Amino acid sequence: MKAVYALYTDPDAAQRAVNALRTEGVAERDIVVMSSEPFEEYEFSHRDKATWLHWIAGAGGLAGLIVGYLLTATTQQLWPLVTSGMPIVSTWPNIIIVFELTMLGAILATVVALLITASLPGRLSRLYDPAVTEGYILVGVDGPSEELAPRLDRALASVEGGQVKSIT
Amino acid sequence: MNRTSNNPLADDLVRPLFHTSVWFYGSVTVLASIVLCGAAAWGYQLWYGIGVAGINWPVFWGFYLTNFVFWIGISHAGTLISAILRLVNARWRRPVTRCAEVITVFALMIGAMFPVIHLGRPWLAFWLAPYPSAREIWPNFRSPLAWDFFAINTYLTGSLLFLLLPMIPDFALVRDRSTGLRKRIYGLLALGWQGTTKQWHRLEAGMQIMAIAIIPVAVSVHTIVSFDFSMATVPMWHSTIFGPYFVAGAIFSGIAALIIAMAALRRLLHLEAYLHPVHFENLGKLLLLMSLLWGYFVFAERLTVWYGNEHSEMAVFWATQRGEYAPLYWTMVICNFVIPLPILALRQLRTVAGTVVASFAVLIGMWLERFLIVVPSLARKPLSYTWGEYTPQPVEIILMVATFAAMILLYMLFSKFVPIISIWEMKVGNQPHPPVVTETEDELAGLWKARP
Repeated sequence: MKAVYALYTDPDAAQRAVNALRTEGVAERDIVVMSSEPFEEYEFSHRDKATWLHWIAGAGGLAGLIVGYLLTATTQQLWPLVTSGMPIVSTWPNIIIVFELTMLGAILATVVALLITASLPGRLSRLYDPAVTEGYILVGVDGPSEELAPRLDRALASVEGGQVKSIT
Repeated sequence: MNRTSNNPLADDLVRPLFHTSVWFYGSVTVLASIVLCGAAAWGYQLWYGIGVAGINWPVFWGFYLTNFVFWIGISHAGTLISAILRLVNARWRRPVTRCAEVITVFALMIGAMFPVIHLGRPWLAFWLAPYPSAREIWPNFRSPLAWDFFAINTYLTGSLLFLLLPMIPDFALVRDRSTGLRKRIYGLLALGWQGTTKQWHRLEAGMQIMAIAIIPVAVSVHTIVSFDFSMATVPMWHSTIFGPYFVAGAIFSGIAALIIAMAALRRLLHLEAYLHPVHFENLGKLLLLMSLLWGYFVFAERLTVWYGNEHSEMAVFWATQRGEYAPLYWTMVICNFVIPLPILALRQLRTVAGTVVASFAVLIGMWLERFLIVVPSLARKPLSYTWGEYTPQPVEIILMVATFAAMILLYMLFSKFVPIISIWEMKVGNQPHPPVVTETEDELAGLWKARP
């Protein structure tokens, strides 16, 4: 069997289904949950929460700051023209460019890291069901072993309100 | 619609994408014609030279720079307000955020066009980009125009991403409801979104970081636009108050534009069930606050100039208070202060219609404010033999009207192809509270460490 999953309308039922799969000995990383909205209040939604995104944003900002400083200070020295009596490398006006590039670096790093860590763009997995975007919560396992699949099927069916499906 | 569902919220909000009325085509045709007239006017100016516009010595900044500042101000409606509301987790923000963020992106695009239109040789505008152009010369980073380039492009990039990222789950919904070419297009836009827990966490974390980053950028943009003026020793421009004064004015006009856009969407797309009177009331309160703040800044600026009694500044002061610019000045005061104040302060008048009336007044008043900052100071420079006048010419007026048409046109087209209210965020807003978590955060953290 390639995959087994169930669709639930009720997040409480989805939580029970996740628990049932755990009881059957399915490893946490093998349990797939998909939904049309984040369910912060539910335990199943707390999976994969740890992220380096904040640090990556900070690193992007730092990179932007360095680029901004080098761009302004270096290029002003390449053609040392005095403008309005200001120093060749004018720190005060340069702060504006450095600030903008710092923020741009942080924003771009955040977006790139977000896309990479969320696997976007990507192909739809074989477990995906269009009912998810209609409000159903999908709980399933991709590629279970032949002996485990019937047990998972029963575990998912044991939770009330679910439509169990399998991909063979 | 290609699929039926038991998801009425999504049904309502994606309906405009699948059904098009006759008035839509009619409106698009009219607006596109006006935009084409604007393009033709610009072409005329390119062909005959910048002299066909009314800008001439000593008033080199006329309608074009007025519109530049005005549209950059309007852009503060969206991303800034949306980011603040996201960070403070205001629940009423959910139907408002996307309507607002779209305004930012389109207003920035339109605003950024004006300095290019204003250039005598716009085909050389790329010289502002940070690269060594002719003779290995880099842009002069000490020039406020170079600051504008960086600030506007950073804000535009950030705002565009801030708008696009939360649209991905909604693109996935439209993808799953469509067939044929539409399914392929929305499939590409959805980037393979599936709604896994990891994707949701990353999206929410990313949006939070973006919201934190975009607020100082938004403030910096209009501060830097104000530096275009305050860095020059022109009467009534060289002022330390200009930065916050411009930012306050930008948010003021931005909120007014947002209220008008929301009221139009509510009526035309039948979104009464999602854009409630309470949204207009809350935004009306914000508009009231900004009206008071604007009044405070104007008083502080005027009092300082009057008390200083410096000859060249007083020439501009009196030209606006009781001279040839006085009718415009007092219209501005009426539109920005006298009309909105009672409407927005009295709860009975702070209705959908009331806030829209106040917002139209504010938009007119804020456009006049921009004009009165730009023109009188240039027309009354320190030496009286440099005094002059400015009269806008048809090319400038047509271009200005065309940009308003372009804004409406872009907004209409956007709401035709993208759900104008974020569907997944509305669903989150409808989730029951309080939480049903059985384990504490600490227990959960330990649990995930222990599990394989």
